[in-house]
Amino acid sequence: MRAAVVRNEAVMNEPAADAIVEVRGISKTYGGVEALRDVDLDFPRGKLTSLLGPSGCGKTTLLKIIAGLIDADRGSVVVNGKKVSAPGPERAFVFQDFALLPWATVLRNVAFGLELRGTAKEEREAIARRYVADVGLAGFEDKYPHELSGGMRQRVGLARALCVDADVLLLDEPFSAVDEQNRRKFQEDLIRLRTNQNKTFIFVTHSIEEAVYISDRIVLLSPRPGRVSRIIEPDIDRSGDPDRIHRDKHYLDTVEEIWQGLKQYVE
Amino acid sequence: MVAGTEVGRTAGVAPLSRNAQAVRLFERPIVLRLVSIGLFAAAWQIAGLIPVSFAFPTFSDTMAAFVRMMADGSMVTAYGSTLQPLILGVVLATFAGVGIGTLCGLWRPGEWLLIPVFIVLQAAPVAAFIPLVTFIYGIGMTAKTLAVIILALPVIVLNTYKAVRNVNGSLLVMSRSFMGTRWQEVFKIILPDASPVIFAGLRLGVAAGFVGVVLAELLITPTGIGDLITFARSRADYAGMYATIASVIALSTVTLVALQWIEVRVFRPEKRGG
Repeated sequence: MRAAVVRNEAVMNEPAADAIVEVRGISKTYGGVEALRDVDLDFPRGKLTSLLGPSGCGKTTLLKIIAGLIDADRGSVVVNGKKVSAPGPERAFVFQDFALLPWATVLRNVAFGLELRGTAKEEREAIARRYVADVGLAGFEDKYPHELSGGMRQRVGLARALCVDADVLLLDEPFSAVDEQNRRKFQEDLIRLRTNQNKTFIFVTHSIEEAVYISDRIVLLSPRPGRVSRIIEPDIDRSGDPDRIHRDKHYLDTVEEIWQGLKQYVE
Repeated sequence: MVAGTEVGRTAGVAPLSRNAQAVRLFERPIVLRLVSIGLFAAAWQIAGLIPVSFAFPTFSDTMAAFVRMMADGSMVTAYGSTLQPLILGVVLATFAGVGIGTLCGLWRPGEWLLIPVFIVLQAAPVAAFIPLVTFIYGIGMTAKTLAVIILALPVIVLNTYKAVRNVNGSLLVMSRSFMGTRWQEVFKIILPDASPVIFAGLRLGVAAGFVGVVLAELLITPTGIGDLITFARSRADYAGMYATIASVIALSTVTLVALQWIEVRVFRPEKRGG
């Protein structure tokens, strides 16, 4: 019985059938430390791909390079067939530290991406109200970030990214500053949101369980220098009760398999 | 610990007992403020009755003098000539100060050129420059306005500069990721984020502006409030002198409170009621 489809390097370098984001030969060195070396990756359209690895493997760096927030030393990023080197409307970022405006209400924060694009106030607030409800924050539109819990703040961050209607959502350890109970609830909601949003998610995490729980595809990165070590496609049925996944045999086997693979990098 | 919590909770739920009601009343900020002012007035009254010095009037005499000076128009005329350079100077110092501070925070050459000047100005006993201002600009409006500006400007510039330099970097990255322009970054992120520290500087700057205008009127041009103080003193009208001084302090306080109100209303609504 196969717990996951494991692809080897040869298969990996072939372009996927429909890759929305293509990473080609990306290398990045920070002050003498080689964060990424020659990374080639494809992110299939409509899927949730996790970048997983121990700290120092360059997963956040790779995500920020895809976002256009950091310049790579070598290599290129292609989104929707076009080479990109700066942030663009087809990508939206969800930040680890939420990055909400403390002086703005939930509604204004959610609409802020549209505000920067010059969308008229009424129009952007109507759109924002819809996404505030979608992430489960209806009724909190006029609250300020300091009145919300960590989990709710990150929902605001997610709604803001959804609001600009980008094709690709880039999430940088979105749950690391959220407490365990809220994280579980949020992960369940993310699975549900994914099915109605039809977007491509690229998700950075250091939690094996989280990656297996939510991802269609997991890219394992090895540290120093960051390179792609394996790609795993967990074969898990996510329809039905989300709590069932945690007891699913494939889920548990995949978690174990990844842990065995990553163990060598943990000192 | 547990017992203490219980007691606290009971006091909160049962507003029937008179004791608890009295405690409630004292928890209201407005009540506490009035009590504070009342205690101050009482202490002043007692000190004046002892008397501490023959030149120290009681609170009631001072208030009577205030009413008299308002009625005969001398106070109104004095403020008429003091407020003009004060308001002009404070407004100019506010806009110039926030502008220069923001520029220095965003633009390295500006920082290197201008910030040392303002650090020196802030460290220097600027009041000593006021006679110099008289040499150059005479004894009119210009001299008084300049006195206000040179006292108010450095602290406004330096606070704005520091606030802009220490802006929350992750908000800037966020703005960039949603393709915000440089102007949007300045007006939608940097200035609101910096506003608490900028307003702290404005409060200090406005207070310094009051110092500047009174100093100018005492040292250079015998007009306005400064003249009223000097004149009352020369006639040994100590109640009048104290009334004038107290009125300046009251006006300065009211201005600072108004400034805080503007800050919370316009720039940082999340701090309302907090």
